[in-house]
Amino acid sequence: MSDRMLTMAEAVREAMSIAFDERPEVFLLGEDVGIYGGAFGVSGDMYHRYGSERVLDTPIAELGIVGAAVGAALSGMRPIVEIQFSDFTAQAMDQIANQAAKIHFMLGGALHVPMVLRTPQGSGTGAAAQHSQNLEPWFASVPGLKVVVPSNPADAKGLLLASIDDPNPVIFLEHKLLYKIPGRDPVPEGAERIPLGVAKVVREGKDLTIVATGIMVNKSYEVCEKLAAEGISITLIDPRTISPLDMQPVYESVEKTGRLMVVQEGPAHAGFINEVIAQMAGSSSFGSLIAPIKRLAGMNIPIPYAPQLEKAAVPQIEDIEAAAREIVKNWR
Amino acid sequence: MSANPLLMGHPLASTENARHALLYMCRIRKFEEAVEDLFGRGMMHGTMHLSIGQEASPTGMCMALTIQDQITSTHRGHGHCIAKGADLTRMIAELLGKEIGYCGGRGGSMHIADVETGNLGANGVVGGGIPIAAGAALASKMMKKGTVAVSFFGDGAMNEGAFHEAANLAAIWKLPMILFCENNKYGMSSSTEKAFAIDNLADRGKGYGIPGVNVNGNDVVEVYEAAQIAVDRARKGEGPTLIVAETYRWKGHSRSDKNLYRTKEEIEEWRLLDPIPKFIARAIKQKKLTQEQCDGIQQEATDAIVAAVNEAVKAKAADPAGLLDAVFKKVSA
Repeated sequence: MSDRMLTMAEAVREAMSIAFDERPEVFLLGEDVGIYGGAFGVSGDMYHRYGSERVLDTPIAELGIVGAAVGAALSGMRPIVEIQFSDFTAQAMDQIANQAAKIHFMLGGALHVPMVLRTPQGSGTGAAAQHSQNLEPWFASVPGLKVVVPSNPADAKGLLLASIDDPNPVIFLEHKLLYKIPGRDPVPEGAERIPLGVAKVVREGKDLTIVATGIMVNKSYEVCEKLAAEGISITLIDPRTISPLDMQPVYESVEKTGRLMVVQEGPAHAGFINEVIAQMAGSSSFGSLIAPIKRLAGMNIPIPYAPQLEKAAVPQIEDIEAAAREIVKNWR
Repeated sequence: MSANPLLMGHPLASTENARHALLYMCRIRKFEEAVEDLFGRGMMHGTMHLSIGQEASPTGMCMALTIQDQITSTHRGHGHCIAKGADLTRMIAELLGKEIGYCGGRGGSMHIADVETGNLGANGVVGGGIPIAAGAALASKMMKKGTVAVSFFGDGAMNEGAFHEAANLAAIWKLPMILFCENNKYGMSSSTEKAFAIDNLADRGKGYGIPGVNVNGNDVVEVYEAAQIAVDRARKGEGPTLIVAETYRWKGHSRSDKNLYRTKEEIEEWRLLDPIPKFIARAIKQKKLTQEQCDGIQQEATDAIVAAVNEAVKAKAADPAGLLDAVFKKVSA
């Protein structure tokens, strides 16, 4: 059993390196991924280890970069494209949503796009509204894209390896606050894949089910630990991939706990987590609920700059704790 | 009929080549006429973008390509598809929403792709295929395939960011790519005079540090000759070329077009520059073809289209049952 504690940046780099070693057709392209090592240091020393032909620095041209990745993927390569901030995918959306996502279906299965688009998302760095968004629902609402949201280094490694193997376009959303901190669990050596579309039950309890994505899994975990000491036991579920979405563990858990809270960083309105609520509402497990479903999500505002404003815009540990306590105490 | 016609060489190099050039231009013309007819008779739905009048451009370009060389195409893409060697029956079947259509009825006119002939697909988004062709050229370079990727696009696409970003990437990475603009003078209703502040679109090549050349897009020989130079340059690793083929679409942009933005006289002037009789006259003069042979080739093209339509009409309609399973390619175990 490995006891290696890596950060998410290290785990992502390790997964990319394994894929580079396994398959000559895998390459990385993006802005400043080469000598600079990536804006968040994710590609790190890969440029020196694999050379400028496989770690390809690009001009600032997101539409062109993603389009080139799509074309290369159609022609025998397996590109990993890094977009420096997920906010900048707006520049590349035609290639993501109109081209990559639709090519296999629209062209009758004649071609497919084995491309991974990795990009950091989320708030908490003081970078304000154009560098801090959580865009999970943008991608999750496009048929033809698989969307992965890892919450910890070990999952990031296994999920990224599976994403690179996948013959379809995968959007891999990394939370930038997780890049530099080690996870709770060690990162295994080797090249084991974590299949896409399989949720993870992070911990089990009997009083409440929390479904959270990305960094909200970590925040919720802290709440679970704290409330456990007070005798409130919580099941925490991390979908890990939001497209496809694995709801089975959620149904099974709600049947035991009778209470459901969902937590996401992005704005509440038309957010991804609403899909979890909608599927629950239409399922036979709905009758097991003894409390209204609680939704915690970001405010319906652009992410503001000042630290206290930014903090107020997205759910914090204290918010999750208060909401969890309330739902368990008020609904018995 | 599975055509594998490529890397023919110069349209006037031999009788065989002249025959090919004429046959493919006529196939495109007859195909487009058949589409208009099917549309008029209510047999085809959606919309159509016809390339009548522009046949020499894709034909000349593709005669300089191998079957492995790749292309990306546009909403006005039937000609590119045919010139690269696509099967006519499967094309018509796609327009009619049939199971045997290139996309199984899921794509229609604007999304025909044909892997066997290196066609990465038509595109419903103006400029959408240009970065994709750059990526195909990047893959060719990385995998040392020796193939060239050609992106066909119209004058309208040259004002898209996608054109700029892809042209720059191709130039800085010296990709084996050809940016082939069919300047048919209008992006829907916007004339090039309104949409550009330069007279010669090929001048844009300078801005990327690549050659930009103008050709008469209604002259299959001139198109081929420019294409061949660009292909040679690309294969030698010297990078991309911008070719601007000056041509004209006789028909409206799509079915909704009432031609309010141009005059009947202008359309008539361009009809006189029809690429097909122009090539016939030249091939006969150079003794590559006789009038009789030319008549026969034109008839052959008509017969091929009629046969394709007849077969496609009889084919099974696309079935909605498999739609959900068609979104993703299956992950192999």
